[in-house]
Amino acid sequence: MNHLSAAVDWLLDAQTWTGPGQLGARATEHLGYTAVAVLIAAVIALPAGLAIGHTGRGRAAAVLSSGAVRALPTLGLLTLAALAAGVGLVAPLIALVVLAVPSILAGAYAGVESVDRATVDAARAQGMNAWQVLWRVEVPLGLPIVIGGLRLAVLQVTATATLAAYVGAGGLGRPLFLGLRTYDYPMMLGASLVVILLAILLDACFEVVQRLLSYAPGLARTGRLREAR
Amino acid sequence: MIEFERAGKTYPDGTVAVGEFSLRIPSHTTTVLLGSSGCGKTTLLRMVNRMVDPTSGRVLIDGEDVAQEAPVALRRRIGYVMQNSGLLPHRRVIDNIATVPRLTGMPRGAAHERARELMRTVGLDSGLARRYPGQLSGGQQQRVGVARALASDPNILLMDEPFGAVDPLVRMELQRELRRLQTQLRKTILFVTHDIDEALALGDQIVVLQPGGQIAQAGTPEEIVAAPANDFVARFLGLDAGRRSLRARPQPGGGWLVSDAGGRPLGVLPDDPAREGPG
Repeated sequence: MNHLSAAVDWLLDAQTWTGPGQLGARATEHLGYTAVAVLIAAVIALPAGLAIGHTGRGRAAAVLSSGAVRALPTLGLLTLAALAAGVGLVAPLIALVVLAVPSILAGAYAGVESVDRATVDAARAQGMNAWQVLWRVEVPLGLPIVIGGLRLAVLQVTATATLAAYVGAGGLGRPLFLGLRTYDYPMMLGASLVVILLAILLDACFEVVQRLLSYAPGLARTGRLREAR
Repeated sequence: MIEFERAGKTYPDGTVAVGEFSLRIPSHTTTVLLGSSGCGKTTLLRMVNRMVDPTSGRVLIDGEDVAQEAPVALRRRIGYVMQNSGLLPHRRVIDNIATVPRLTGMPRGAAHERARELMRTVGLDSGLARRYPGQLSGGQQQRVGVARALASDPNILLMDEPFGAVDPLVRMELQRELRRLQTQLRKTILFVTHDIDEALALGDQIVVLQPGGQIAQAGTPEEIVAAPANDFVARFLGLDAGRRSLRARPQPGGGWLVSDAGGRPLGVLPDDPAREGPG
């Protein structure tokens, strides 16, 4: 318990946060890495997932490959990427993108697939082309599930972005690894507390968005929200 | 006019949905495809707007092969009403009705104006315009579905068991409304149902289908009831079970009590000097 109270004391010390290389800057870096990694993953996975959901083609391949990718240990992948790309930001970003892609991909195709086939059929029969069916029917109706995939990816990446410091980049992993190496457990514990807090905060933001969406009529319901009522 | 010329549909796995189907559907009339599930009637209906492409034969609209036209453009000029309405649940009633005009580039204001007009046509209260489909009753949803199909003022209306999922009372009311609409709008309607009474109530021409899209009999309701072509048609209409051989007994207070062959009362027939009494 005294480690924990020391960690809290460390976090409450203004000196901990201010200045370059201090916790405030590290937290900003951490958020930045998360944002960039999720953004790159979304640029890759959203179009692919929507295409899979819309056409129904490539689903088996997507399930198989994202299962395989999920089984990759991120630390191992990071080390491999660092061997290839060198020390710095590229390697952790690669690892984080690989981590985020399966969740976003699954959310995207599951979201589109969740839309009632009869509704899609009716939209086609009214004379919507494939693009209009996707953007006016499948994406809006499946949106809660698509966002659910993004939410999961953000959570995973926020928690894992600490590994960036392992190969020389910044983020909240810095004080964590530093504390580990110098036996400064309050610092280590404090840094992980901030990571946890960030993850919870971001997740809460998504919760708010999903809750707001649950008031929109006709949209797919995520199971979690239903049960929460 | 819609013409099926030896149209057939065989799926890649070898299932024959429709063997070979030829029929002429005159303009401004209602033709009902009547048959039990799996007889290919929906497949035939969907050939008209290319939701299904025939694997043999052709479908012509006013002499033009529909295969020559791009499916999207074709569907926009053909109204389509389906079971369970198929409305977009995330769009308001008014936007659902305005779907096709909006797709064809009509400005929002004009499309909404058109939609309001159609709500009146199909007997929907204008207060429902801002509601979502999920907030309407089944019967109201079907009316919205009909209004949506009429929005681009199509010549052809395809109706796939549109009243199949509403309760009998509402169904009869919707049928009555459709008849009223049809005298007013005079569309070419192709209507699919498995309900004999619905077919008799709505069809100018009834086509009784056997599995594989084979025509068992095509004719006016009178022809089919009076002279069923074969046992299949007679059975399908319930003629063999005596459901449609009616008897009338004079009632003490005047008028006639009508019952079926099994003695179940069906209704009363008033004494009407203008009409011949039933034999």
